[in-house]
Amino acid sequence: MIRFANAVKRYPGGHEALSNVSFHQRPGEMAFLTGHSGAGKSTLLRLIALLERPTRGQVIVQGQNTSRVERRQIPHFRRRLGIVFQDHQLLFDRTVFDNVALPLVIAGVPHREIGKRVRAALDKVGLLGKEKAFPITLSGGEQQRVGIARAVVHKPALLLADEPTGNLDPELSREIMGIFEDFARVGVTVLVATHDIALVESLPYRRLTLREGRLVGDTAPAPEAA
Amino acid sequence: MAAPLAALRVHLLRHLQVFFYSLGQLSRTPLATLMTAAVIGIALALPAGLHVLLDNAQRLSGGWDGATQISLFLKKNVSDARARRLAETIRRRPEVAAVDYIPRDQALAEFERLSGFGDALKALDENPLPSVLVVRPRPEAATPEAAEKLLGRLRQYGPVELAQLDMQWVKRLYVIMDLVRRGVLVLGLLLGLAVLLVVGNTIRLAIQNRRDEIVVMKLIGGTDAFIRRPFLYTGFWYGLFGGLIAAALVGLALWVLAGPVERLAGLYQSPFRLAGLGGGELLILLLLAIGLGLAGSWLAVGRHLREIEPA
Repeated sequence: MIRFANAVKRYPGGHEALSNVSFHQRPGEMAFLTGHSGAGKSTLLRLIALLERPTRGQVIVQGQNTSRVERRQIPHFRRRLGIVFQDHQLLFDRTVFDNVALPLVIAGVPHREIGKRVRAALDKVGLLGKEKAFPITLSGGEQQRVGIARAVVHKPALLLADEPTGNLDPELSREIMGIFEDFARVGVTVLVATHDIALVESLPYRRLTLREGRLVGDTAPAPEAA
Repeated sequence: MAAPLAALRVHLLRHLQVFFYSLGQLSRTPLATLMTAAVIGIALALPAGLHVLLDNAQRLSGGWDGATQISLFLKKNVSDARARRLAETIRRRPEVAAVDYIPRDQALAEFERLSGFGDALKALDENPLPSVLVVRPRPEAATPEAAEKLLGRLRQYGPVELAQLDMQWVKRLYVIMDLVRRGVLVLGLLLGLAVLLVVGNTIRLAIQNRRDEIVVMKLIGGTDAFIRRPFLYTGFWYGLFGGLIAAALVGLALWVLAGPVERLAGLYQSPFRLAGLGGGELLILLLLAIGLGLAGSWLAVGRHLREIEPA
């Protein structure tokens, strides 16, 4: 689903954000990407979402070599991903419904279909009653759940999340992770970048650790806690 | 067969949605929208109004074309009967619309009545005025060149002493009108450019205001065409509203002028009335305005949309 082969990302000025990163995440697998801020987590996700291209090496996402995707094709490439952002990236002048519907509108899904699928996505994140609300009236946790609903409404096979619990208290963070686990359980490949080590260690999933741009740890799923 | 048709339907439906969505966006800030449209309207009203006035002036001078006259002053020894026969001959010429015969007695009587020199004329032994044939050419023979040609032919009749065509001022008027028309064209081009810049700048600001939205759209896979569309339709609406305001302004100006013009025309016993924008002209004005709106937003979108990338 995601394959990095000796991927290097060097920014103008010589700073190497990622050095020779190689790993493979299988379809349907859930994994965490951890490390201190500045370790390269965001850069790694940006390479997957084609917000950046690797300086060297290859990044293959859903069978497509990102180096070979033309600029014009990028929107279509991104439609096959779901991305959850730390700062939600919601549009505050639109209702929750309209925010979640955006990926479907962009993809040209017929109107009748949109209502059904938006409500299904909101149901999954437990916000079915809030579709007419504006994001500003919601709590931080609820806003993040709207962001997740928007990321999954078009049923992507790959879900990326960049510090999705960054601003949330531990209880809410646990809840958000629960939502990601639900998606992983139905076959969605999930990659969550987070620096919340405690949370990661409490969950039985693969863990990729970055330090100063290098992949320094790749631990297999911890045994299922009894 | 059905699938591409359905796809087309969905595509059109999406366009229609964005079309009215952009209208809804504009209606959220009615004052700002109205002001931008008013600037466009005023800029377009100026050349459109001048065009209408020019058209009216041409219609008026067209009336004068019809009044182009050639005066044939006959030799004094030409008898009344001979003059009438000549009038008849000339009347049968294809390029002539009408011939009026003014015998010398009648000319004298008219002159006495109108000039106030009656007493002075009585002091003369004989009538100093010649008989006159007033020839009015048909409209197609009333252009400067054709009238000149007709004048040459009429001059050759024996009884004619002097043939006169005073068209110099008509020629000058034509030249002046040509000049004014050219001026209006230049003004129109400049103001059209101004409209382009006004729309371009307004759309540029709209793009900056909605920077976050554009970033989000790009992040979740919105194509350039999709992101561009609402801005293009916004340009369309600005153009349409600007055009309508321009048409209203021209109508208003003509309405204000209509009364005085009618009174002036009345003083000259002329049935002339100001004509407004015709249906075709109105359509052209609106299409031009919409075209400028679309072009302006296209320029702004093309320049500024690419600069915004998710960071």
